[in-house]
Amino acid sequence: MTVLLQMTGIVKEFPGVRALDGVDLDVRAGEVHCLIGQNGAGKSTLIKVLSGFHQPDAGTIVWDGQEATLSTPAKAIERGVATIYQELDLVPHLDVAENIFLGHEAAVVGFTQRVRAHREARELLARLGHPEIAPTRIVGDLPPAKQQIVSMARALSRDTRLLVLDEPSAVLDQEEVDNLFRVIHGLTAEGVAIVYISHRLEEIREIGDRITVLKDGRTVATGLAVEDAPTADLIRLMTGRSIEYVFPPRAEEPRETAAPVLEVRDLALAGVFSGVDLTVRAGEIVGLAGLVGAGRSEIIETVYGARRASSGTVTVDGKRLRRGSVQQAVRAGVGLAPEERKSQGLLLDEAVFKNITVSSMSRFARLGFLDRGEERRQATELTESLDVRPAGVTRAARTLSGGNQQKIVLARWLMRDCRVLLLDEPTRGVDVGARSEIYQLIRSLADRGVAVVVVSSEIEEVLGLADRVLVVREGEVVHEAAATAIDEAGVLDLVMEGKVPA
Amino acid sequence: MSQDSARVERAALETEREPNPVLAVLRTSVGRNAGLVVALLLICIVGAVTAGERFSSTDNALTILRLAATIGVVSIGMTFVIIGGGIDLSVGAIVALSSVWCTTVATQTMAENTHWIVMVGVALLVGAGCGLVNGLLIAYGNIVPFIMTLAMLASARGLAEIISDKKTQIVGSGVSGFKEFFNRDFLGVDVQIWLFALVAVVGWILLNRTTFGRRTVAVGGNPEAARLAGINVKRHTVYLYVLIGICCGIAALILVAKTTTGSSTHGTLYELDAIAAVVIGGTLLTGGRGTIVGTVLGVLIFSTLTNIFILNNRSFSEQSLFKGAIIVAAVLLQQRLASRSST
Repeated sequence: MTVLLQMTGIVKEFPGVRALDGVDLDVRAGEVHCLIGQNGAGKSTLIKVLSGFHQPDAGTIVWDGQEATLSTPAKAIERGVATIYQELDLVPHLDVAENIFLGHEAAVVGFTQRVRAHREARELLARLGHPEIAPTRIVGDLPPAKQQIVSMARALSRDTRLLVLDEPSAVLDQEEVDNLFRVIHGLTAEGVAIVYISHRLEEIREIGDRITVLKDGRTVATGLAVEDAPTADLIRLMTGRSIEYVFPPRAEEPRETAAPVLEVRDLALAGVFSGVDLTVRAGEIVGLAGLVGAGRSEIIETVYGARRASSGTVTVDGKRLRRGSVQQAVRAGVGLAPEERKSQGLLLDEAVFKNITVSSMSRFARLGFLDRGEERRQATELTESLDVRPAGVTRAARTLSGGNQQKIVLARWLMRDCRVLLLDEPTRGVDVGARSEIYQLIRSLADRGVAVVVVSSEIEEVLGLADRVLVVREGEVVHEAAATAIDEAGVLDLVMEGKVPA
Repeated sequence: MSQDSARVERAALETEREPNPVLAVLRTSVGRNAGLVVALLLICIVGAVTAGERFSSTDNALTILRLAATIGVVSIGMTFVIIGGGIDLSVGAIVALSSVWCTTVATQTMAENTHWIVMVGVALLVGAGCGLVNGLLIAYGNIVPFIMTLAMLASARGLAEIISDKKTQIVGSGVSGFKEFFNRDFLGVDVQIWLFALVAVVGWILLNRTTFGRRTVAVGGNPEAARLAGINVKRHTVYLYVLIGICCGIAALILVAKTTTGSSTHGTLYELDAIAAVVIGGTLLTGGRGTIVGTVLGVLIFSTLTNIFILNNRSFSEQSLFKGAIIVAAVLLQQRLASRSST
């Protein structure tokens, strides 16, 4: 088989993070090439480079025997790269045919040729095994599985030679997955190359020809034949460690004696997660591990009241919180450092001290008038003790690095002497050097008696930082263990296959 | 091409680290306001040259300030709403309704029997009430501010027409204390101008020195972050619309005193003038940033321009055309500054 795509030494840096650090990938015409790796390994960035959304900082791309640059998504499409993202990019108010030919409508002097478009749409849908989808249906009314078919039809409506599927089975049931695989087989028989991203190893065994494994932005194995790659080997490749993080030592005395601070009973959010029980004692760090989309972030956001629970109770120091009330949670001493620090956590254009005092303004106010000197003084004290750099509490939060921004968010809750701290991906976008500092800070908070819940996609981080680990899979807690009683491979097994490790 | 764009990005990052001093000053609110002062001075020079003595007299300065007072009070309220991430198109209609309601026979009779302050109370309550309806439906009914206040624009003026039967309601001699109070001089300056100054000063303190102002900036700058920080975003939104409603009530009182009438045609197109003044003043329409000083300068620029046009016997249509051009120019300038500071 001929090599269609050869990517060599691809590097992509974002401010503070090296998302891809020398990735190799070669894809042959007519094969299904699987791309696997943990969250944050660089899969998404790689396919965005491939589809022209990101420009690599270094490395070469050889397409069909010639060196090529994919400078815009339009250029990539022109060359025959089509990508179907997890979040389908269809226009919900347009009909099926209009979506399929969006951007390259068959038209005569600006008037669309509806009859021809409908005929061609019907042919494409039939080829994909779904002749029952009418070209005139409004896309927003279709179930997700059929929308995915429309997305694929759109890809095929152009001369596609490489189709990238990002976790296509996530929205499908078993029967639909079987149909998807039939479609994929049909395409590969015609010589189309497929890059298939999935977390489900059993699927990869069924559909894949070769596998490339990414970890920490590097290729750790490329072009492995599927039949020669036992699950254990793959998991070892995906875990193993390239960078040693320094985790602070855990407290010596057992936590069972401390009083429970946060108690969550049978918490549920309709359609997202259910039956979550969680007890966190003073001084304890509990980690939630699981894939993106498993419901981890939603669980802590619901505990915080940012989402309204459909059932269940949350109590802090024995006091029951009202559902869906952030204000009450904050008053009871709960703090959240959200996943999207920039869009959910910070007021980027505002001064650092204003970001720190935003949740404790009443402390600095008399009759509504703020004592700004006192605000600045206390904020300065805090930022000095947290070693926020560069110093100076009047600079805009935007000007700080990821790690220092995270310290600002933590300082906000330190200012309130909070009892429960919920941390969603506390080290996302934080460079390697600053991570240990953040870990140290979180541990010292726990040592002061704060109950901490940490959500992280990096299993290593959860295991290294937490005292106790809950594994979340598809909206359910599937396992709970002391952090020392389970290893990374065990968690990954649970996360990917749902099996309890032996 | 990709390398070029990377280079541009890098260059942009570097300029952020070592900003061009002139641009950096213009980007700060103090610098932007200094720019507005320069613009105002230039306009005054044009006025002095084209209209001579008639422009540059103390009397004319007071005329300009009187012109600025009503729209200025409304614009201060508008500044808060826009910084808080909203917009209010109903201000003119609320001014009309307040003016009509506080000059009805019933209100005036009540005022005659007790004190003219009753009329003040009615105007403020009507304004606050309309703002409350706007705020509640926007915050808790999840209606887009644009649509909600558009609906209020239509209904408040409609109600004003019903109440007044489309007739101009004259303030009777029985409540002469009202007219006299608002048209009195204090240190040589009319009470209505003092009122504008008072609203501006209170607005400045409220925005810059209180928890209310801090929350307004947070709610408009990043509502999600504000909510997750524990701020009651919905309740604060309601407060903002009540605040602008009260400002409309004050503006209505100034108008009623100035014209000695209440009318359903008062305040026509105030929404445009107020929004224009706020935008000229450097407040971002997307929320989260803005200054009271800028708005005051924006209002003064507009009223000075209007004055110069009148003194030179130019038509209202020409004024409108010119105002439109100024708004576009100001927004273009603002966007350039904003895009340079955010990359």
